[in-house]
Amino acid sequence: MSAPSLTPSKAGRPRHPEPRPQGPAAPGGAFAKSLRRNLTAHGFLIGAVVCFAVFSWWPMVREFLLAFQKTESGESVWVGLDNFRTVFNDPSFWQAWGNTVWYTVLALVFGFVVPFVLAITINEFRHGKGYLRLLVYLPVMLPPVAAVLLFQYLYDPGYGLLNELLGFVGLPEQQWLQDADIAMFSLVIASTWMNMGGATLIYLAALQGIPGELYEAAELDGAGLLRKIWHVTVPQTRLILSLMLLMQVIATMQVFVEPFLLTGGAGPEGSTTTVVYLIYQYAFNFNNYGAAAALGLLLLVLLAGFSAAYVKLSRAEDE
Amino acid sequence: MSTRTLISPAVLAKSRGKRLYWAAFALVTGGFTVAFLGPLYWLVSSGFKDTQEVVRTPPTLVPESFTPENYSRAWEVMDLSTLLFNTFYYAFGALAFQLILDVAAAYSLSKLRPVLGKAILGMMLATLMIPATVLVVPQYLTVLDVPIVERNLLNSPWAIWLPSVTNAFNIFLLKRFFDSIPKELLDAASMDGASPMRILWSIVLPISRPILGVVSIFAVVGVWKDFLWPMLTLPDPAKQTLNVGIYSLSNGVPVNVLIAALTIASLPTLIVFLIFQRNIMGGLTAGSLKG
Repeated sequence: MSAPSLTPSKAGRPRHPEPRPQGPAAPGGAFAKSLRRNLTAHGFLIGAVVCFAVFSWWPMVREFLLAFQKTESGESVWVGLDNFRTVFNDPSFWQAWGNTVWYTVLALVFGFVVPFVLAITINEFRHGKGYLRLLVYLPVMLPPVAAVLLFQYLYDPGYGLLNELLGFVGLPEQQWLQDADIAMFSLVIASTWMNMGGATLIYLAALQGIPGELYEAAELDGAGLLRKIWHVTVPQTRLILSLMLLMQVIATMQVFVEPFLLTGGAGPEGSTTTVVYLIYQYAFNFNNYGAAAALGLLLLVLLAGFSAAYVKLSRAEDE
Repeated sequence: MSTRTLISPAVLAKSRGKRLYWAAFALVTGGFTVAFLGPLYWLVSSGFKDTQEVVRTPPTLVPESFTPENYSRAWEVMDLSTLLFNTFYYAFGALAFQLILDVAAAYSLSKLRPVLGKAILGMMLATLMIPATVLVVPQYLTVLDVPIVERNLLNSPWAIWLPSVTNAFNIFLLKRFFDSIPKELLDAASMDGASPMRILWSIVLPISRPILGVVSIFAVVGVWKDFLWPMLTLPDPAKQTLNVGIYSLSNGVPVNVLIAALTIASLPTLIVFLIFQRNIMGGLTAGSLKG
């Protein structure tokens, strides 16, 4: 397999075993070698690059173009800000943003705080950790339709288990998904149950990295349980907490599947219409791709700030 | 191998501490079991109830009727074998495409370092900054009429496979792992005349088994759990995925049959999870902690 090196270079660059066309001392040798090395390297890259170009980069450009265009009998016409006007004048516009922000806030209260508390709790136990971790992560592995339709069955105001449980502890029955005031809560509960496993495991891993001496030092200073959490646990996991917070905001602002499956999208009195559901409606119910792209662009700009913060923070973590 | 945590071992050693510990442990373990296994128990058990019992109030905790026919009816009525096969086909096809194209790309970016490689990596990672749901509309329009080749990929598995390759996070994970492979190792092989392909196959890939496992799990689970994209690009009922197929038939079947279908749909991933739980949960934290 081994061929004697004919070139003066000892760099040991990857070489093809087949005979090389140019002579060993040809003046273009270095250039030809670098060209061939690059061709090989780009050969390995090309498949992924083509996929990115067609299904990712081009759609990104197209998103911007679509937002300022209209399709009339198969032809794309520039319409300036018309699409944005359509979107702003839609009576559902502000409701959708309000609902989305409300969902995000609720999802943070449940989905951000609960996994952290669960992780701290699991981390204290000397037994059964594997079992508890397994349980928390179990729902994440369910196909979302199975989890969501299961919740629909549990929420049913007639024969659902949840109303039965409420009755059992003496609380009034709820209409859950049919009640405009609490439909969003119902979505958040289902979504948290389905999705919090990932965050819990990530926090658990972060907690295991906290040096035990810090807790001992805090105890010497007479700190109680809550103060230890506040002054040791939280600062020690601050970076991962902020990263998860940003990631969760970015993900929950794009909520679609839960309202689409549980309340048919809009929900009672439009109480679960979210921004992404509105985008979906523009594009796939009304064939108005321009309006869909315009609203998408607004969401993109809003979330770009969170994404930028995320990138900055994760760079800080690498250093 | 206990590490020091919030509550000091001295407190736990006292008898009061011990009692509190076990009380808390019992409470939490019980609570978790009810909260996370409870709904799954409800799913499986309701699938065995007959048509009246499944909507009875108050609901029965243990099924009084036993109608396993629900499961066979769900299998036939919702054509679950087709849906399961489709989902497997899409998920493992996407896995194959990602393993071949993304591994090759990450290897090239990490070890072969072509001209413009950094810029290409930057543009790939930039896609992570764009909210995925925003891109769905222009991506859908692209699938309807793919540029240059002018093909409509609607109802074709390519509509799932090719976009799945644009998984910048997997490329990032792979590249970071390849970066950690010492240069000397690969240089020695190339001195012996091994081609880049051979180095990738005989040296890089065998070392990279752990990260390949993580990436594979992300790839398969990603397709398995996706809903919006397959709903848009595979409207033909014979081509649908499990998620979309069950959703589109969910209003036309009795409750107990639907629940039986949901149970069947949940089984494959649950079984895979129980077998590979260590790799899956380990991979998740390995992938995201330094993401």
